[in-house]
Amino acid sequence: MTQTRSKVTRRNFFKAGSIIVGGIAVASALTPFDGVLFATERPKGKGEWYGIGIDINKCIGCGKCANACKLENNVPKDPFYFRSWVEQYTIKNDGTILVESPNGGIDGFKQSVPDADIFKSFFVPKMCNHCAKSPCVQVCPVGATFETPEGIVLVDENYCIGCRYCVQACPYGCRFINPEKGTAEKCTLCIHRLEKGKNPACFEMCPTEARIYGDLNDPDSKINYFLKNHTCMVIKPNLNTGSKLFYNALSPEVR
Amino acid sequence: MTQHLQHLYEVLSKVDGYVYPNEIELNWSILIVLYPYITGLVAGAFILASLERIFKLHVLRPTYGIALLTALSFMLVATMPLVSHLGKPFRAYEIMVTPHLSSAMAIFGFVYLWYLMVVLLLEIWFDYRCDMIIWAGETTGVKRFLYRAFSLWTTDISPKAVALDNKLGYIVTIIGVPSAFLLHGYVGFIFGSIKANPWWSTVLMPVIFLFSAIVSGIALVMLVYNVITRIRKVKIDMPCLDAIASYLFYILLIDFVLEGLDQIHRIYEAEESFDVLHNLVFGRLFFTMFIMQGLIGTVAPLLTLGTLQFYKPKEKIRKVIYMVIPALILVGIFFMRWNVVIGGQLFSKSFYGYTDFKIGLIGTEGYLMAAFWLIVPFAILSFLLWLFPPWKKKDEEHEVQNA
Repeated sequence: MTQTRSKVTRRNFFKAGSIIVGGIAVASALTPFDGVLFATERPKGKGEWYGIGIDINKCIGCGKCANACKLENNVPKDPFYFRSWVEQYTIKNDGTILVESPNGGIDGFKQSVPDADIFKSFFVPKMCNHCAKSPCVQVCPVGATFETPEGIVLVDENYCIGCRYCVQACPYGCRFINPEKGTAEKCTLCIHRLEKGKNPACFEMCPTEARIYGDLNDPDSKINYFLKNHTCMVIKPNLNTGSKLFYNALSPEVR
Repeated sequence: MTQHLQHLYEVLSKVDGYVYPNEIELNWSILIVLYPYITGLVAGAFILASLERIFKLHVLRPTYGIALLTALSFMLVATMPLVSHLGKPFRAYEIMVTPHLSSAMAIFGFVYLWYLMVVLLLEIWFDYRCDMIIWAGETTGVKRFLYRAFSLWTTDISPKAVALDNKLGYIVTIIGVPSAFLLHGYVGFIFGSIKANPWWSTVLMPVIFLFSAIVSGIALVMLVYNVITRIRKVKIDMPCLDAIASYLFYILLIDFVLEGLDQIHRIYEAEESFDVLHNLVFGRLFFTMFIMQGLIGTVAPLLTLGTLQFYKPKEKIRKVIYMVIPALILVGIFFMRWNVVIGGQLFSKSFYGYTDFKIGLIGTEGYLMAAFWLIVPFAILSFLLWLFPPWKKKDEEHEVQNA
């Protein structure tokens, strides 16, 4: 008993103490580098957390969604700036793939391949994936782009410095630099409409209801019903961006 | 604005295959090519200087001061292409005030400041403090004031104070070497960490950037030393240039092997992006990659410098080689940056097509602007060499006398 007590000398106490305190200090110094945790951390919170579903089988390529987005959000009209656009995929009998999106699909599509040569063709509406682990949010050097608690990725145009790093980091090509403002711009899921209880413009205008959105945290929401009843997939799942834009009937050719 | 749109419509007509509509415009242009290029020159020049100081390679002594001042001149300009390319340049300070810690770019400001303030300025200050005090006594007017101001009005040139300068300078150099590695490895990470872009996203990117930086910095100092000795009409120190050429050869060889390894790895793995990258390299990047970077900037210098390792031609011929080869290497490394930055944006992330790229002569992203940011460091260097001529330093004169 006496022997055991004698081992806890003052020296050992300080030694152990300094290791513990030093360890904690080092660990707390490391935590600010959340870039490391970024790829693994799961979103927290219990409120609404939006996800989007697009049914490729329902899309007719009318381009009304892309047009409505430009009008609602005052997006520059030139064909280099889109928050939302539609692509036409045509897979020919010989296996070659043709992708087109003239003016983002706003003016509709004309099939340039003769019917006899087409294996299959379909339309893919594209927009921000509002990723849970957004590469664009990760790389923004000033934190001007951020994810709201509802899972919507936004840009604060009064804060953005226009370095274009986020544009490079988005794997889906969903961002651009507004030529007049000099800042990054992207789909906001029409948050200004959501706040008033209205649907985002592209959802509102879709004549076939190919698009739905809803609360992923609510088991009875439309989006969860959609996910349960369809075979859904995200684009580029290998990149682990935590995309919340789920497509039904997504063909592997779509990138 | 109209001109910009006109340019974009022109590019649109040259798009090959399919690119996402937002990808028609190239977001990072020639200014972002210059940014890693200039930062690399800084890191490389500093590492050459530290070879002399830390590893006691005294044969490199004639280039020590020139290398440090070259590093400083380019360092002072390094952020300018970045800032002038921003959509909102007046908000640039936000990176320092509210850095977003998960962003690779956010920390650059701190790495830059650390390197500039703690490493380069301190080392040069300790190196020149005693000389500045002596020169202040020998000059008059503005020059005298500048020496006094830059020496922070210190006056102590006792052997004890000079010994302390040397000791502290040595410590700063020791901190400086990993800092130089950090600076440029970090620039590589800015590109290498973008998982959306398969041309950039490789773990080797920081290492490749680092070695190419060392290569370019050494080549630049070699060239600057050559030019300065010709202007000063003094004898070129051939053993020094022979030694630099030898280091240049080995580091260029490592750089070549690393880049080769990166490409072999890509080819062997042949991932989803392979076809689009293959066509990129043999199409829109063929000239800049195989001719400018490969043949002119790497293979020709490697063969020439390699030959010098076992066969030494006459001094006259070596002098020509030591002028031409560094110039070729500098061109090659510039195009290496070009191929990374521009090449990485020429193909679509859909992997279905390519966009086009054209630079105008004028404008914020034009050739003239780029040339301006390349000329400014040389103007700064000329001023620094006039104010702080390394060849007039006390210890240099002492060494000459001893010799």
